[in-house]
Amino acid sequence: MDRRTLLKGIAGVGSLAATGGLSMPALSQSAAARTLRFVPQANLANFDPIWGTQYVVRNAAAMVWDTLYGLDDKLQPQRQMVESEEVTDDGLTWTFRLRSGLKFHDGEPVLSKDVVASLARWSVRDPMGQMIKAIQNELTAVDDKTFKWVLKQPYPKMMLALGKNSTPCAFIMPERMAQTDPFKQIAEYIGSGPMKFAKGEWVPGAKAVFEKFADYVPRQEKASWLAGGKQMLIDRVEWVVIPDPATAAAALQNGEVDWWENPIPDLVPVLRKNRNISVDIADPLGNIGAFRMNHLHPPFNEVRARRALLTALSQEDYMRALVGDDTALWKPLPGFFTPNTPLYTEEGGEILKGKRDFAAAKKLLAESGYTDQPVTCVVAQDQPITKAQGDVTADLLKKMGMNVDFVATDWGTVGSRRAQKTPPGQGGWQMFHTWHAGADCISPAAYNAIRGTGDKAWFGWPTSATVEKEVTAWFDAKSIDEEKAAVKRLNKAALEDVIYAPTGFFLSYTAWRKNIAGVTKGPLPFFWGVSKTA
Amino acid sequence: MLSYLLRRILATLPVMAIVALFVFSLLYIAPGDPAAVIAGDQASPADVERIRQALGLDRPFLVQFGSWVWRILHGDLGTSIFTNLPVGSLIAQRIEPTLSLMVITLVLTLLIAVPLGVVAAWKAGTWLDRTIMAFAVFGFSLPVFVVGYVLAYVFALHLEWLPVQGYTPLAEGFWPWLVNLILPAVALGCVYIALIARITRAAMLEVLQQDYIRTARAKGLGQNSILFIHALKNAAVPIVTVIGIGIALLIGGAVVTESVFAIPGLGRLTIDAILRRDYPVIQGIVLLFSFLYVLVNLMVDVTYTLVDPRIRY
Repeated sequence: MDRRTLLKGIAGVGSLAATGGLSMPALSQSAAARTLRFVPQANLANFDPIWGTQYVVRNAAAMVWDTLYGLDDKLQPQRQMVESEEVTDDGLTWTFRLRSGLKFHDGEPVLSKDVVASLARWSVRDPMGQMIKAIQNELTAVDDKTFKWVLKQPYPKMMLALGKNSTPCAFIMPERMAQTDPFKQIAEYIGSGPMKFAKGEWVPGAKAVFEKFADYVPRQEKASWLAGGKQMLIDRVEWVVIPDPATAAAALQNGEVDWWENPIPDLVPVLRKNRNISVDIADPLGNIGAFRMNHLHPPFNEVRARRALLTALSQEDYMRALVGDDTALWKPLPGFFTPNTPLYTEEGGEILKGKRDFAAAKKLLAESGYTDQPVTCVVAQDQPITKAQGDVTADLLKKMGMNVDFVATDWGTVGSRRAQKTPPGQGGWQMFHTWHAGADCISPAAYNAIRGTGDKAWFGWPTSATVEKEVTAWFDAKSIDEEKAAVKRLNKAALEDVIYAPTGFFLSYTAWRKNIAGVTKGPLPFFWGVSKTA
Repeated sequence: MLSYLLRRILATLPVMAIVALFVFSLLYIAPGDPAAVIAGDQASPADVERIRQALGLDRPFLVQFGSWVWRILHGDLGTSIFTNLPVGSLIAQRIEPTLSLMVITLVLTLLIAVPLGVVAAWKAGTWLDRTIMAFAVFGFSLPVFVVGYVLAYVFALHLEWLPVQGYTPLAEGFWPWLVNLILPAVALGCVYIALIARITRAAMLEVLQQDYIRTARAKGLGQNSILFIHALKNAAVPIVTVIGIGIALLIGGAVVTESVFAIPGLGRLTIDAILRRDYPVIQGIVLLFSFLYVLVNLMVDVTYTLVDPRIRY
C-alpha cells in the first residue's frame, strides 16, 4: 500500500460518518456560528506583509490591513481607502484623497502621513514600487486626507501598483510602524482592515486569530476580491494550522474545522463523497509550473540547449504528475501568461505544442555543444509541486541523453542555492523547479520571473533585450489593445530566448462545510461576505 | 548522595557547552538560508542579501557564536528570525502540549508494558507469551504515523469517540485535555510499550530462575506477591534503564505524532524551525532537549538506588 492509498483510505471513512459525539469542539452553538475555523495553506510564521512576502502572510494581512485600491474579479483596480484621485495632464502628479471614517484598530484615524510612510516602506520592497520610487520626485502629505506623488515621468499603472494582489501589497499601516526598516520586522500589528489581529492568541505554527473590527466602515459597493464593501458576517476567524493533509481532511469531515484552503488532489474525491462538504476550484487564476535554467553556465548559456528542452518537454507529463488524472485541474500553456485573462496569448508558442520531437531536440542539443557534462538539477523534495516536476524533468533529461546530477534537497536549501552564481561544480546549479501564482502572471507588472535583465534578473539571470523592450512597451501602453500587442511580442520573445520553461497551468481546489456560505473563487481566501450557520 | 548529585549537575555544564558548540556549528555549515525563505519566491538576490545583513547572518562564525553564547549566559535564548518573538516564549507556548503528551504516554506505557512483560515471563513458552511477544514485535515495527492514521480512522472518524486533532490546555479542564491526547499517546506509546514489554520479560525471566524465587514459592507466597514484589523489584534496574533511554524515543516520536495530530508542541516547533532555518529556535530547542535528556539520565541513576539498595554513590 503506498502513502496516497493509505491517506485516501483513512480520510475516506469520514465520508460515511456523520458529525457529533465527543469530537465536537466545546463551543456553544451561537459562538460556533460566529467563529470560522479555517485551515490555511501554510503556517503563519510571521506577520509583516512587507518584510515577508509569502502568500500566506499576504492572505492574513488582507484581513488586517487595507489598501488604497483593490483589484476586483475583472482584474481592474478599484478605489478602496481612496475616495478620489487626480492625475495631471502630463501624468506626473498624482493627488489622492482618502475617504472619511477610516480608523486604525487602536482607534486613531488613518491620516495621509500614515499612507506616505507606508508607501515609502512598500516601494523599497515591491518591484512596481521600486519602479515608481526610481522616477519619484516627491511623495508628500498635503493635509490629513490628501497626499500626492510627484514623478519625473508618467507611470500609467499607478492604480494597479497600489491595488494589485501580488506580494507585497501596498498595505497601509500607522506611520510609527511604517517607519520600520523594510528589511526588518514590525513589532505590532495594527491595521485599518475589517479584522483585528489577536496577537495574544497567536501560536505560530498552530493558531492565529482575527476578530471583527467594529469600527470598520466598508464601502457601499458589492465586495469583489480586494475591492468593494468588506462586510464581515462572522465575529472571529481562527486559523488552525494542520500540516498533515489526511488529518486536515479528517478534521473537515468531523466538523472540527469549517474550511480547508487547499486540499491535495488525492483527497478531493473523498471529500466530494461527504454530503456535508462542498468542493470547488479555489482560484481561477491558478498557477504556472516552471523550471528555470541557469543562463550563465553551460549547457544552458546556449539558447539552443534551452530550446532543445522546450522541444522535448511534455506539459501533460508534468501536469499529470502534479495533479493526477483530474483533467479539470490543468491545461497546457504554450506561453507565460495566465489563461482566461485579458492579456493571455499563445504567440510564439508552437515549440510547446503538438507531438514531442526528441530527434529534433537531440539535434539542437548537439548543436549547442553539449558534451555530456553533468547537469545539476536541484529539486526540493518537501514541496509536492517541485518534487513532482523534478521527477519528470530528470526523466526528460535522461531521455535526451543528458547526464543528470539530481540533487534532492529541501525548499530552504533550494532558496539559498539558486542564488549562487558560481559554476555548478562550485556550489551553483543548472536547473531548479518552482511555480508562479497565476495572479502574478496576468501582466508583466509584478512578473519578475519573465524579466530578462541579466545580472539583475530573477534566478537564472536571463538576458534578453527584446523581452525588456516589450516589458517597457507594456508599461507605456495607453490602451488595452496596445497592452495586448506588447504582451504578444513579449511572449514570443520570451519563448525564443527561453527565459524559463513553463510546464503547464494548474488549478487547485478548496473545500468547506455546507453550513458555510459566501466562499468565493479568487487568488486568496476572502473572509468578507462569508457566513456560517450553527 | 548529595555531593554525587551536585557533581552530576555540574557535569551537565560542559556537556551543554559541547552540545551548544556542536549545534551552532552544524547549523552554520548546513545548506539553506533563512533570508531566502523570508524574502519569498519573487524576491531579488539583492533583497535576500539585505535581509541576511539585517539578520546579522553575514557576520563571521565566531562573532555570531560569541554573541549567541553571551545572550544565553544572560538567560536569553534569542529571538525567532521569523516570528520576531522570543525563543523562550515560543518554547513556553509549546512545552505544555509536549510534556502532557510525553507524561500520558509514559504512564500509559508503564501501565500496559510492565504487566504484559511480567505475564509473558510468567507464562513463558505458552500461547499467551507468544501472543504478547507477537504484539510487541508488531508494535515495534509499525511507524508512529501509520498507527496514528489507523487510530484516527477507527476512533475519530468511524466511531466518533475522540477528536482527530488539536490540543486543549489543562487549564481548560482535565477531560478536554485528556480527550485530545488519548489517540496521540497511544500512537506514540506503541513502540515504547513493545520495547519495555520485551525488556521486562527478559529481565523477569532471568530473575524468575533465581533461588530466592524458588524459596518464595516453597514458602507458599502467592503468585502476585512473587511476581510483582520479589521478582519485579529485582528486575527493575534494566527496565528503569530502558525507560530512561526510551525518553529519547519519545522525543523523536513526538515530532511525528504532533504533526499527525496537529498538536502545537515542541516537536512541530522543531520541524517548522528546521524547514525555515530559524536558527535561534532550533538552537534553543536542541539545548532544551539535551538538558532534559541529561536530567532524565540523572533521574534514572538516582532511581537505581531506590530499586537496588546495593547501589550507592
